Amino acid sequence: MITTIISVVAYVVLAPLVGGLLAGLDRIVSARMQGRVGPPLLQPFYDVFKLREKEDITVNNVQDFYVTCFFFFVVVTGAFFFAGGDLLLVIFTLTLASVFLIVAAFSSNSPYSQIGAERELLQMMAYEPMVLLTAIGFYMTEGSFKVKDIISGGAMDFLPLVGVFFGFIFILTLKFRKSPFDLSMSHHAHQELVKGLVTEFSGKTMALIEVAHWYENIFLLGFVFLFFANGTIWGAVIGVVVCLLAYFLEVFIDNNFARMKWQVAINSAWLVALILGVINLFIVYLI
Amino acid sequence: MSYVTKSPWVIHYDGSSCNGCDIEVLACLTPMYDVERFGIINTGNPKHADVFLVTGSVNEQNKGVVKQIYEQMPEPKVVVAVGICANNGGIFRECYNIMGGVDTVIPVDVYVPGCAARPEAIIDGVVKGLGVLEEKRKALASGQLTAPAAPEESEQAEEQEAASEENGTEKVEEKEEA
Repeated sequence: MITTIISVVAYVVLAPLVGGLLAGLDRIVSARMQGRVGPPLLQPFYDVFKLREKEDITVNNVQDFYVTCFFFFVVVTGAFFFAGGDLLLVIFTLTLASVFLIVAAFSSNSPYSQIGAERELLQMMAYEPMVLLTAIGFYMTEGSFKVKDIISGGAMDFLPLVGVFFGFIFILTLKFRKSPFDLSMSHHAHQELVKGLVTEFSGKTMALIEVAHWYENIFLLGFVFLFFANGTIWGAVIGVVVCLLAYFLEVFIDNNFARMKWQVAINSAWLVALILGVINLFIVYLI
Repeated sequence: MSYVTKSPWVIHYDGSSCNGCDIEVLACLTPMYDVERFGIINTGNPKHADVFLVTGSVNEQNKGVVKQIYEQMPEPKVVVAVGICANNGGIFRECYNIMGGVDTVIPVDVYVPGCAARPEAIIDGVVKGLGVLEEKRKALASGQLTAPAAPEESEQAEEQEAASEENGTEKVEEKEEA
């Protein structure tokens, strides 16, 4: 019980710090890949504090409520996960959080954020099958949906679930909103949708969305960690190293690809889920 | 401690520029000048922007657009007029459709002269704008932020214009020495 409370508190306190630092590293690495020096490591924190100093401009009062719900449920998702809770509950809470962000974007009545919200729905359609297959994969190898059981289980789940692992890495690009699948919201407002989903959010609301994304990123990397955790310290070390490698792989992909059409996002994500995910699960079932 | 000066996000609008200044504004983002070192991001969204960079003079057709972008930006915000056309109309001043500089439509905080303005001068202008941004943030925090009186503002503007002109020449001299 005590360890559960400690891990939840650690997540709530540390996730925005680590997430923000990772975002800062992302921007430095991206800059170096483009031959630039890049911003200071703490730049994402400066941005968020700056946004908190700005005037509140709200198109529609209800959108702040929806964004607060989005933030709250992203934190709750991670809290369930790091408390060792049920993976299915975690996935459904994350979906609920995403739905709140989409509703917030729809409520602002701006064509940019509405098209962004529609694309976000498409992206959810693209990545959800693979996320569910990942949970099913853990159940088939560990016999439990509980994160607590999966982490302390004796075997490293990466070995039987190698296909599911790479499928999950593939949809991480969608979840992190990196090129080539940054359809709904690019990190840079230079696309046809301005900044897509979050075009109409500014000031404190925007700051909340940024911090929520840091929480979400850490939680998603927790999923990657789950593939390597086997209850030993070595499993944990390998897990953290692979999490960092996965993150920088996403940065690498982001810098090397142009945006693709939404058809490519859905087709490729479902194809990956079908080939890597379903075939892997079938093999696990036969064994 | 204020963060508004550490993360100024810029929105760039081309009034009726010949594209000379626009190319120089974009040059600031290249590896050569890399303004992201100062946390400056070129955002396309007025609602996320702190600094409004206008190049070229304002004409009768786009004065509404310039006003609208300005009004959509949340306080504290700063307007930087880049290039001589944005300052007072430049060589287009006498054209039938030209209103003149950006300050005929919205209040301008920093004037960056030049044809085309050099990237160093543009960065210098934005950094000068950060000082104004900080003042406005303090005024906003203490609830005193109101539209500045017109004559006082034009005096300030002239001072700043003179200051930035001096700086511009300094920059050029430094460049020649280098």
